[in-house]
Amino acid sequence: MLKTFPMGGVHPPENKFSAGNKIIKADLPETVNIPLSQHLGVPAEAIVNRGDEVKTGQLIGSSKGFVSSNIHSSVTGKVIKIDKSLDSSGYKKASVSIQVSGDEWLPEIDRSSDLKKEIGISGEEIIKKILEAGIVGMGGATFPSHVKMSLPKGKTAEIVILNGVECEPYLTSDHRLMLEKGEEILIGLRIIMKALGVNRGMVGIENNKKDAIQHFTNLAKQYPEIEVFPLKVKYPQGGEKQLIKALTGREVPSGGLPIDVGVVVHNVGTSFAVYEAIQKNKPLIERVVTVTGKGVSSPSNLLARIGTPVSQLIEAAGGIPENTGKIVNGGPMMGKALNSTDVPVMKGTSGILLIPGEESKREQSSTCIRCTKCVNVCPMGLEPYLLMTLSEKEKFERLENEKVMDCIECGSCSFVCPSNRPLLDYIRLAKFRVGNIIRNRK
Amino acid sequence: MNSVLLLTILSLSILGLVAALILYVFAQKFKVYEDPRIDDIEEALPSANCGGCGFPGCRNFAEACVKADSLDDLFCPVGGNEVMANVANILGKEAVEGKPQVAVIRCSGSFEHRPRTNNYDGAQNCTVIHNLYTGDTDCPYGCLGQGECVDACEFDAMYMDEKTGLPVIIDENCVACGACVEACPRDIIELRKRNKKDRKIFVSCINEDKGGVAKKYCSVACIGCSLCYKACAYDAITMQNNLAFIDSDKCVLCRKCVEVCPTDAIHELNFPPRRVKTGEASKKDASSAKPLKKESTVKDQQTDSPEAPKEEDAKKNIEEVSTKKTDKN
Amino acid sequence: MNKTITISPSPHLHSGQSTSGLMYNVLIALIPAFAVSVWMFGWGVIIITGVAVVSSMLFEFLIQKFLLKKELSITDGSAALTGVLIAFCLPVNIPLWLVILGSLIAIGVGKMTFGGLGNNPFNPALVGRVFLFISFPVQMTSWPVPKGFDTLIPKFMSPFSQDILDATTGATPLGIVKEGMRVSEGMDNILANLPSGMEMLYGKMGGSMGEIAALALLIGLAYLLITKVITWHIPVTIMLTVTVFTGILWLANPIANANPVFHLLTGGLMLGAIFMATDYVTSPMTSMGMIIYAVGIGMLTVIIRRFGAYPEGVQFAILIMNAFVPLINSYFKPKRFGHKK
Repeated sequence: MLKTFPMGGVHPPENKFSAGNKIIKADLPETVNIPLSQHLGVPAEAIVNRGDEVKTGQLIGSSKGFVSSNIHSSVTGKVIKIDKSLDSSGYKKASVSIQVSGDEWLPEIDRSSDLKKEIGISGEEIIKKILEAGIVGMGGATFPSHVKMSLPKGKTAEIVILNGVECEPYLTSDHRLMLEKGEEILIGLRIIMKALGVNRGMVGIENNKKDAIQHFTNLAKQYPEIEVFPLKVKYPQGGEKQLIKALTGREVPSGGLPIDVGVVVHNVGTSFAVYEAIQKNKPLIERVVTVTGKGVSSPSNLLARIGTPVSQLIEAAGGIPENTGKIVNGGPMMGKALNSTDVPVMKGTSGILLIPGEESKREQSSTCIRCTKCVNVCPMGLEPYLLMTLSEKEKFERLENEKVMDCIECGSCSFVCPSNRPLLDYIRLAKFRVGNIIRNRK
Repeated sequence: MNSVLLLTILSLSILGLVAALILYVFAQKFKVYEDPRIDDIEEALPSANCGGCGFPGCRNFAEACVKADSLDDLFCPVGGNEVMANVANILGKEAVEGKPQVAVIRCSGSFEHRPRTNNYDGAQNCTVIHNLYTGDTDCPYGCLGQGECVDACEFDAMYMDEKTGLPVIIDENCVACGACVEACPRDIIELRKRNKKDRKIFVSCINEDKGGVAKKYCSVACIGCSLCYKACAYDAITMQNNLAFIDSDKCVLCRKCVEVCPTDAIHELNFPPRRVKTGEASKKDASSAKPLKKESTVKDQQTDSPEAPKEEDAKKNIEEVSTKKTDKN
Repeated sequence: MNKTITISPSPHLHSGQSTSGLMYNVLIALIPAFAVSVWMFGWGVIIITGVAVVSSMLFEFLIQKFLLKKELSITDGSAALTGVLIAFCLPVNIPLWLVILGSLIAIGVGKMTFGGLGNNPFNPALVGRVFLFISFPVQMTSWPVPKGFDTLIPKFMSPFSQDILDATTGATPLGIVKEGMRVSEGMDNILANLPSGMEMLYGKMGGSMGEIAALALLIGLAYLLITKVITWHIPVTIMLTVTVFTGILWLANPIANANPVFHLLTGGLMLGAIFMATDYVTSPMTSMGMIIYAVGIGMLTVIIRRFGAYPEGVQFAILIMNAFVPLINSYFKPKRFGHKK
């Protein structure tokens, strides 16, 4: 029996068209548009001015506060604008536009592809360097990594889990990265383990990526402290809480963090970025983006600089198909629909999904027939049908008692509802409202 | 047979007596003393339970009135000064004259003026859309048109105009309870001082983007040109973040700013020669009035062009509104 | 291009499953039982089922269109399903006007008064059935004796012949037992009058159209479980409860009580457990709740059958437990992730 989380979950069609396609370097765009808020927390503050010349890897936005992150220039060129522009959040946010003139990297960045296994620096230095390199969780949540690695007082970590689940349909960027940069990812994991003072590492990979499991199992033989686990294919296994439950059997308490059960989870992409930052001095300025969809002529995995317009990546994958009805930043279950292709690639952009017109519209919703499917698939043990009704009736106290705040917004309930009810829309609304009430109470 | 009847009557009577006794004992034991004035005040209040006073309901407000030393901070916007005077009478305290207010919608991005750039397909709820993205137009500040404010209004003082996709306030019914202001996720609705004859002058836009950007997605946006600011002789207009704001306390309703606004973002409502009521009177008024620039009708919030043909629309609308009201009644 | 783009909150995928799809799957699962019923009782089954389905859909249409003025939803299959289920719990020689009346009560009173699909607290088909059962006990309890396989062909040939109308009537096995207990015969004597276990399994016994064929109903259950229309909790728990409870009674006093196999295979138990108790709208939302609900149905059924006035208790048991569903829903919550029990 393969390991998996015990409660709920769905299995949407995988459609991983680009799984066999190697990572290709995307061309440098003419201009990049680097948002100053690519992470959860306080936006960074621009430290360059209009007209400044910047080099690849140069710091252009410095983190403000603990939960924040640095922003680096991903190209060499001239700052032409520091203004609000549309990004994948759906709103205009402050960002730095740079006209690309070349690709001259800062001299301290090691651009060679030599593998560097020795970890030369201490744990504290590692965390400091990760902060400097502007590394955030690259699975999509974009939580600043240095925060995750600075243990709160009184807590100790016992296990570091590397998330190679990639349970979202269509997306393959993590899969490709694991196949092509396996060594580096494992060294990254060891760096994270060193920083946290942990001597047990686990890698969770879903069983639909057999080649990656094989590859990692072979590589992990040299590190006795790292174990690789194949997992049953089930969405949302990539959710932190679900992955921890699946691998260790520990249950993160409601409202708590993984560290409460002695676990820290990082995405494989983050681990690779950590490797590059520590061993190669390279800040987070590029990432792998899957561009895919049913009508896309050549679904690809592209290594793109942060700030590259999404439209350019779509071009590289064969252009927008005629009947495209929806463009999603991320996977189909949790990704965000974009209202423009001018938005830039950000640190959390794991994929661009083009959904054909006929699949982009929701079916007409009808009354709840209480079929219990949403209750059965909820990985958090909630009752989505009830939460939606309460949300519509604005019964916020009851919503709180029904643990609406535990919802991880995986979308399994809306996915499975035979009446096509917008369950998650209303649950999100309830979370927003109840969250406000809770904050006001304090 | 008789003995059965007797027994039944007897046992039931005893049961009833015992129950009554228990009830009496408990009622005495757990009696909570309540100031009788709370009931009196609650009686005097409009019992709309709208929350406009800042308390969850009329009773809570009544309790607060009894407890408070003075009525300075307590005001029932629905009942207004009259009710507050009654409340003050009951308590033997001084009532404070409150300024009557009325809500205005600070967005005029109708379908015509603000083109839709994408299709929204999700829960029909303003907050859901607001938390997701800019909305089906490109304006990140404007009305999302799902009518959460209308749903929040307990006084039938709002309706969604289907032609423009914007909410409209029916001044006569608005009690300035602030429910719509709370409900709007984009803070478009503002409570302003209620002027004589419900005359209103306000900037019907809250867009803080630069003029060029704003103009691109909405033809009636405030572009922050400051012309109104310069035209105002009473210091009533302030400019902040590319947006003009008219202070209703300082404004003397001279209407100079309306004339200079290049995008028709400043609205004037209910101006002379007539004030719109309902039914016959307004019809008569409307037909006899000269078509001034910016006709004063309820409809005005959506029609920005002053041309005469619009007037018929306006009349029709008034009728619609009045029939709507009677329907609801 | 931007004009045509759609924006919606995540998720952007849907399983493709629909309400009507689920309803039609349940209808498919009823086909084996229907076939056996036709085999046993002949043409009348088709006529009565047809009348029940058409009248149910018609009443739903009329009420939605003219009384509620709501959007029409007769194509979602729920009215058709209600019709089939009503027909299935009627004897085959029932007058057609009673079928129509039953449909009217089921749809009109059982479903639409509460606001239509999704809002009814009681299973509409059972409301119809119980109404008929109490109001027209004579018509509802004269059960024709199935002729079985050998008479199938002649019946098909002459659907309206006197044969079916004058069919010999007899009691259901449960009725025989009840009557036997009343005149205090021993179970041994009673058993001699009953069909054999094999006959009960494939349905050669007196009873309502759809309830006689235990095996065919079990095939339907398998289909529903494979297509994941329902979960095992309710049907399996009901059967287990009935088995255990009647088993205890039987072991305690085999003279006065029928054996568990008899209870499982007779009456409306299979039909009720598989198709009535599992009705989405009127059953609990969590696994634990479903089990409590199912145990309740099982217990009540046996209590009514053994100690009550009626020979059969499934329909009352389900309706009674339907009333408890809101209570069960508010007490039995799923195991919340990250919360200690």
